[in-house]
Amino acid sequence: MKRISARKDLLGDHLVALAGGALALSLLLVIGLVVLLAVNGLASFWPRPIAELELADGRRAMGEIHVRETATVQRETTGPAETIERLQLKGGNRDLTGADFTWIDDREVRSVTYPADAVLLERREWGNFYGRLAALRVGDRELAAGSDATWRAFHELQPAKEREFAAIRALERGPIGTINRRIQALERQRRGAGVKGLAEAERVSAEQAIDAELAALRQQFETRAAELTALREAWSREVLVVEAADGTSKELPVGAVVRAVRPNELGLGGKLALYGSRLWEFVSGEPRESNTEGGIFPAIFGTVMMVFIMTVFVSPFGVLAAVYLREYARQGPLVRAVRIAVNNLAGVPSIVFGMFGLGFFVYLLGGSLDRLFFPEALPTPTFGTGGILWASLTLALLTVPVVIVAAEEGLAAVPRAAREGSMALGATRFETTWRVVVPAAAPGILTGLILAMARAAGEVAPLMIVGMVKLAPELPVDGLAPFVHLERKFMHLGFHIYDVGFQSPNVEATKPLVFATALLLVAVVMVMNLAAIAIRNRLRRRYATSAV
Amino acid sequence: MSAEAELVPQLPRPEPDPMSLTPETPATGTLDPAQDPALNPEVADPVLTVERLSLWYGEKQALYDVSMKIPRHRITAFIGPSGCGKSTLLRCFNRMNDLVDGVRTEGSIDFEGGNIFDPRLEVNGLRKKIGMVFQKSNPFPKSVYENIAYGLRIHGVRSKSDLDEAVERSLRGAALWDEVKDRLGESALGMSGGQQQRLCIARAIAVEPEVILLDEPCSALDPIATARIEELMQELKDRYTLVIVTHNMQQASRVSDLTAFMYLGRMIEYGRTERLFLNPMRKQTEDYITGRFG
Ligand SMILES: Nc1ncnc2c1ncn2[C@@H]1O[C@H](COP(=O)(O)OP(=O)(O)O)[C@@H](O)[C@H]1O
Ligand SMILES: [Mg+2]
Repeated sequence: MKRISARKDLLGDHLVALAGGALALSLLLVIGLVVLLAVNGLASFWPRPIAELELADGRRAMGEIHVRETATVQRETTGPAETIERLQLKGGNRDLTGADFTWIDDREVRSVTYPADAVLLERREWGNFYGRLAALRVGDRELAAGSDATWRAFHELQPAKEREFAAIRALERGPIGTINRRIQALERQRRGAGVKGLAEAERVSAEQAIDAELAALRQQFETRAAELTALREAWSREVLVVEAADGTSKELPVGAVVRAVRPNELGLGGKLALYGSRLWEFVSGEPRESNTEGGIFPAIFGTVMMVFIMTVFVSPFGVLAAVYLREYARQGPLVRAVRIAVNNLAGVPSIVFGMFGLGFFVYLLGGSLDRLFFPEALPTPTFGTGGILWASLTLALLTVPVVIVAAEEGLAAVPRAAREGSMALGATRFETTWRVVVPAAAPGILTGLILAMARAAGEVAPLMIVGMVKLAPELPVDGLAPFVHLERKFMHLGFHIYDVGFQSPNVEATKPLVFATALLLVAVVMVMNLAAIAIRNRLRRRYATSAV
Repeated sequence: MSAEAELVPQLPRPEPDPMSLTPETPATGTLDPAQDPALNPEVADPVLTVERLSLWYGEKQALYDVSMKIPRHRITAFIGPSGCGKSTLLRCFNRMNDLVDGVRTEGSIDFEGGNIFDPRLEVNGLRKKIGMVFQKSNPFPKSVYENIAYGLRIHGVRSKSDLDEAVERSLRGAALWDEVKDRLGESALGMSGGQQQRLCIARAIAVEPEVILLDEPCSALDPIATARIEELMQELKDRYTLVIVTHNMQQASRVSDLTAFMYLGRMIEYGRTERLFLNPMRKQTEDYITGRFG
């Protein structure tokens, strides 16, 4: 008796150890993933010192030292391989040298110094500049000269330039955008539906009215355009003269500099402040330089909004389908077949859904909508091209099986006794289903929605053909009526990762951005899930139902 | 009312029964059931009149030719071994058997001048008038308040003050008010088993039924909770007709005014409770209540 139980326990213990080990390994992998993303992504925002190198041949170079490594290189194709120490310098100044990064053989470096007045300029174009400030000019007049004086003068001037830049942006997107749209709409009207089917006299008078309005609008446009030109001129009036380490000098408008830093003289506090401000810019700013710099806010916004719209569509559909399958349909071979089909639908490759979305939503639905409601805009499509609505619907289709399966399980877990209790009070089938059964199954249904949202936030492939773009000029929500523009194309974190990491001309420079974006994608998915889980737990507490 | 009370006396009153003086009652089937004294207690004011009711679950017959009259404002108990058809009979009264596929009935049950099985009858209205409490307490996964208000809402009560009032009245009626009045908003599933069962009773009386059917309401409860429910039933019978299924004979003898003994889908004996327990007319009844089978 004893020996038998001992043998059994031994087996059990091994199984427990194995199971525990498997769990630990999975946890480790997940934690490792997040840590890898965090370290690679977040570290890049930390200010690095600027080194000035003096090379053996007398040249000078300036930049951040990113990597030091031992490498085996072959100088000539036939020559012997040799092992050298080398360092990777991020020298920036793409406009002058053509590349951000260079490898330098350690033996060629005669000395390394960290001059206090070495300055890093983060620019709106051409990436970083490393060098020294030389002078600040307006036209021919010199406002400041010398490294320190220019530094001070620049900082006095910069906030004003930042405000001017914001004003330019606001003018372009606000009034000028509105006028443009209105002009386009009127032109379409004049060409098309607006004057069709009218008597000759009426047509002429309608055309005249439109022409008058158009003329007024064009007048307004001219005024605004002139305003814009004036703003632009004022913005680029002050010019900064800068000098690279090799002595080349360059002029650039003060307004073109986003941020100027002297990292070598920053204390810990200054570094922390700079780190925070860079991180904030990354999360809340717009991308620059074809996504390789600046922030990723539009991508975050697009991802969240798309998942949100998808949820709005998928929840009622999935729940209704599950209610029908579980509560109304007569259980039999047909329902079983439907259930198997639904389960299999969840396994269809997502790109197939993308194709369906393109064929059905974009071409068929969108094309019909265009012909019905926006005929005057044709051949330019309005809804007949990829957009956030179609992308969301495609994803809703992709995730509806997940919701159906989870909701059905939730409904099945509601005890028969609860239904009978309701019926015994004289409730109809409908009242019982919607007032007792579905609320009791709500936690299970929410679990399904959470899974669906997580899946949707990570999908990239199907979206590439139904409206996701690498750079969207406008957010799908803005201040122009009707405020929510479901036909617009949108940016997405997943696609952003692919685009920045593998499609940009400057892969080396953008690697940290890729990691940081991936980290953010994980964070966005996590935040959305946590929110849904919080709602679910509240429901569970309120109804004290068993875990489903 | 008082004349009726004469006919069906309260339990604690021991009183010699004239029928018990005739021990030589013929066996089942040899008499016309309509005349059989073992099946026909005097019921002056029946609420439900069952006539020649048979029921089939698909091919399987579960009730055979059952006839009985259920008196108003009394407690009637069904006893019998498991599977004898007590629940099946009880669930005929509010047509809960409709929810089971393949059920077929013959015979009739008269309630308020009509046949319950009449296809034109509005079954939700019937269930409002004939409430039910189940073996396993089944409060909805909602708050205490919503559990009571649910039945009222589905029958069209909208005003908040009406609901508040009805909730309080029902909870008081089920002797639960003092225990839950401070936690009306909390989940009903957090209450004890006995409280849950009384909540189900409160839920049933909230819609002001005529009849309350109780299917083994205490079988999952401890003795104290059981005693409270039994006490409550005595209070309720002034206003409602109660029909209780139990396989606890002590409970039947404690609470009921009339008892029906069923066996294998047949009504074996039906009569005043103390008469049936003290002087059973049928051999099977006697065997069952003396514990020889069941
Ligand atoms: N839904 C059902 N389908 C088929 N047979 C049933 C069903 N419910 C009960 N029965 C059968 O009917 C008979 C009576 O059952 P029931 O009324 O539940 O007995 P009791 O309540 O007296 O224990 C039993 O033989 C049982 O197996
Ligand atoms: Mg039963």
